[in-house]
Amino acid sequence: MATVTLTPTKTPELMLEANSITPDAFAGKNAEQIAKLECREGKTYVTIGDFFTVAGNAGATAAETDIVIAGDCTRVKYIGSKMTAGTVTVNGNADMYVGGWMKGGKIHITGNVDSFCGIAMEGGEILVDGRAQNHVGCAYRGDWRGMRGGTIRIRGDAGNDIGTFMLGGTIIIEGNAFIHVSTHAEGGTVIIKGNVEGRVGGQMVKGTIYVFGEIKFMMPGFKKVDSIELEVDGTKANFDHYIGDLGERHPKSKGKLVFADLYVKA
Amino acid sequence: MSEIHGEILIKGGFIVDPAQKIDGDVGDIAIKDGKIVDKVSNAAKVIDAKGKVVMAGGVDVHSHVAGPKVNVGRLFRPEDKLFKSGVAHAPTRMEMGFSIPSVLKTGYDYARMGYGFVMEAAMPPIHAPHVHEEIHDTPIIDEAALPVFGNNWFVMEYLKKGEVENTAAYIAWLLRVTKGFGVKVVNPGGTAAWAWGMNCLGLEDNVPYFDITPHEIITGLMAANEYLGLPHSIHLHQNDLGNPGNYPVTLASLKLAEGVKTHNKFGREQVMHSTHLQFHSYGGDGWATFCSKAKEVMDYVNKQKNITIDLGCVTLDETTTMTADGPFEHHLHALNHLKWVNVDVEMETAAGVVPYIYDKDVVPNGIQWATGLELALYAKDPMRTFITTDHPNAGPFTRYPRVIKWLMNKKSREAVLASMKKMDKVIDATTIHTLDRELTLYEIAAMTRTGPAKCLGLSSYYGSLKPGMIADVAVYDLNYKNMPSDPEKIESAFLRSAAFVKSGEIVVRDGEVLSHGHKKTVWVNPKMKENPQVKRDIAESFAKDYTVGLTNYPVREYLAPHPFVIDVDVEA
Repeated sequence: MATVTLTPTKTPELMLEANSITPDAFAGKNAEQIAKLECREGKTYVTIGDFFTVAGNAGATAAETDIVIAGDCTRVKYIGSKMTAGTVTVNGNADMYVGGWMKGGKIHITGNVDSFCGIAMEGGEILVDGRAQNHVGCAYRGDWRGMRGGTIRIRGDAGNDIGTFMLGGTIIIEGNAFIHVSTHAEGGTVIIKGNVEGRVGGQMVKGTIYVFGEIKFMMPGFKKVDSIELEVDGTKANFDHYIGDLGERHPKSKGKLVFADLYVKA
Repeated sequence: MSEIHGEILIKGGFIVDPAQKIDGDVGDIAIKDGKIVDKVSNAAKVIDAKGKVVMAGGVDVHSHVAGPKVNVGRLFRPEDKLFKSGVAHAPTRMEMGFSIPSVLKTGYDYARMGYGFVMEAAMPPIHAPHVHEEIHDTPIIDEAALPVFGNNWFVMEYLKKGEVENTAAYIAWLLRVTKGFGVKVVNPGGTAAWAWGMNCLGLEDNVPYFDITPHEIITGLMAANEYLGLPHSIHLHQNDLGNPGNYPVTLASLKLAEGVKTHNKFGREQVMHSTHLQFHSYGGDGWATFCSKAKEVMDYVNKQKNITIDLGCVTLDETTTMTADGPFEHHLHALNHLKWVNVDVEMETAAGVVPYIYDKDVVPNGIQWATGLELALYAKDPMRTFITTDHPNAGPFTRYPRVIKWLMNKKSREAVLASMKKMDKVIDATTIHTLDRELTLYEIAAMTRTGPAKCLGLSSYYGSLKPGMIADVAVYDLNYKNMPSDPEKIESAFLRSAAFVKSGEIVVRDGEVLSHGHKKTVWVNPKMKENPQVKRDIAESFAKDYTVGLTNYPVREYLAPHPFVIDVDVEA
C-alpha cells in the first residue's frame, strides 16, 4: 500500500471540482504527476498542484492507493467520485458529491459533508463522522435508478431526500433526519437512529426503513400490520411493523403483492 | 438567395449520386457562391477527396428536433445530460444531452454526419413560434417543420361534411401562419379521442363527438393535399402504433393510397408517406406471440408505387419517446412505469413524452430492432425507403451511421443477434438471420439523400450533386473500391464526415465543426384565393374557443429570419 498525502495550500475562489482526487486517477503516478492532474474551477482548468502540495507516490493500482487529505475541503467537490478501489480520508469537511457514483473502496470524512454524498453509488463504503446535508445516497436528479449497493454511514444528522429511488445498499443516519426518506425506493435499507420529521417512504414500492426515534408526521399510505423484535445495526428492540406505500403500484411475488416495510421502534 | 461567396473544388473522390445514376465514378465537384456548378477557376479552395466517397448532403425526412415536445423531453430528463456534456472548444458552443440533444448539439451532430436538411416531424400549430425559435437556434442545418392536422377540430368538422376544398383552404392558411411545410397526420382521430380517454385503434373506429373515422380523415387529407399540390404528400403516423398485431391496420391504411393520383409540380411521385413503419409492422396477439411482419408489409409497399416509407429503426439505446400520439405514450408509461408527460394542445393535438430503454436482452426490443432492418432489406426501391430512427423515439439520430452499418454488413447484424440473451426467441419471431442482402453505398445514398429529397418535393435543391443544386456536399472516409472489412469503420466514417460543405461553405473537416454556417428555414406558401367561409370559421373559432387572439397566432417574421419560401400556385 502507498499513501499520497494532499495538504491544502489555498482556498478556491469558486468551488474546486476535483473529479480527479480518486485512487483510480492517482494509480501508477508519482507525486509530481499527481500534482498535474486536471480539475475545474468554474469554467477554467486548474491542477491539483494549484491547491494542494502532494507528498508520496501512488500505488500501481487503485486498490493499492490510499489518499489522505490533511486539511479542510469545504470547497472541494466530487472527492472520490466514481472510484472503484483504494481509500480516501479527509481530515476535515468536504463539499458536495463525496463518493458519488462510486463502485468500491472506502471513503472516510472526519468532518461534515455537503449534499449528494454517495449519490447513485453502486458499492464501497462511505463514513462521515459529522453531519451530512441533503440528498444522501439519492438518485441523480431525474433518474429513476438510485443507489444500488454499498454502505453510507453518517454519524451526525442528515437533511432531506435520503435514499430517493434507492434500489439496494444501506444508508445509516445515526442522528436525526428531516423529510423524504426512501421516496420512490424499490429496494435497499435505510436506518435512522434519531427522529424524522416526516414523508417517510412516500411512493415506496419495495425496500426497508428502520426508525429508532419518532416520526413526527406519518405517511397516510402506511398501515401497521404487526409488532416484532429485531436486531438492527447491533441494537435489539421491539418495532412496530408497517407496510406501504399503499397508494403506489406494487409487484407480485408468488401471487402476493410485495410492499415496502417500515419499522418504527415501539 | 445565398450570401455565401467563393469557390470550392472537391477533387478526385468516388462520386455516388443516384439522381444522376452515378455510382462510384471518380470525379470533381465544383462549387461557386453556394451552388454546385460545372467548373470553377484555379483560385478555388481545394478539398482532396482522393480515396474517399463524395455524396450530396444528407436529407432527413423525419426527426423530432425542435419545439415544445422536444423541450419537455430536455426539461424532464436531466439525466440524459449527465456525463455527456463536455466543455466547449471554440468555435462551437457547449453541447448537451444524448437522446434529446440541445439545439446546438443537434446542429453540430447532423453536420458532422454530413446532413444538410432535417424535417421537424410534428409541429403543434399554436406552438409554431417556439418551434421556429428552436429551429433558428439550431446551427448549420436547413430545417422545415410539419404542422399536425390529423386531430385538428377544423379538419374533422370539414371532412365530416366531405368538404375537401374548405379543408384545403384551412391547410393553406395554417401553413402560411405557422410557416409550415406540409401535412402531418398523427394517429388520425385517436389523439382527439384521447381527450375523452379513448383512442382509435382501427380505421373505422369512431372519433367521439366528431362522428368521423380515421379512414375519412386520411382520405380527406390526402385529397386536400393533392388539391393544393404541395411539395410533400401527407406524412402519416398510423393508428395503433407499437402494438402487437397492428400490421393489418397498417396495410389497410396504406391501401387508402390505391388509385389516388398525385398532382404537383415538384417531382414528387407519392401521395402518402408512411413514417416509422417499424412501429407498425408487428404480428402476434400479445407480447408473448409478438413477431415481425416486415415482409408482409414490404411486399405491399414494393407493389404500390405511390407510397414512400421511412424505417424508424430501433437502435437498442436508452432514449426518450415523444409523439403527438398522446394515448400511445400513456400506454407506454403503463408498460414501463417510467415518468410520463401529457399535454393537450387546445383544438389541435395532444402529445406525450416517456423515457424508454430498448434492451437487447428483452425479446420484444430485439424483435423491434430486427423489424426495422428487415423493412430496408426487403425494400425493392431504395428511392422510396428512407433511413430514420424516428429520432428520438426508436433511437437518437446519431445512430444513423450504426443503422447504415447494420444494413451494409451482415456480419455486424449477426454480432448484435448473437449478443442477445434470448437470441433464439428473436430469431423465431423474425427473418433477419435469413437475409443475406447487404446494401450498397448507392442504395444508402438513395435512402438518405436522393429519395427523401424527392419525397419532400425538394429534389431541385437537395439530395443530388447536379449543377444548380444547393451546394451541400459530404465527403466520407470510405474507399469505394476497397470497402473496409471492419464494419465499425463504416459507422465511424458516416458519424464523422471527412468534410462537409453546407450551402457552399466548409463547415466540417475531419469530424470537427468549423463554423455555425448559414442555416435556412424552409416553408411552403400555398397561394390560394380567399375562401370566405373558412375565413369566417377561423375568426369565429378564435373568438370563441382559442386562448390566443387571431392576430397573435401567426409566426412573426423575426422568428424565422432566414426564410427559404417555396411558393405553390393552387390551380382551383
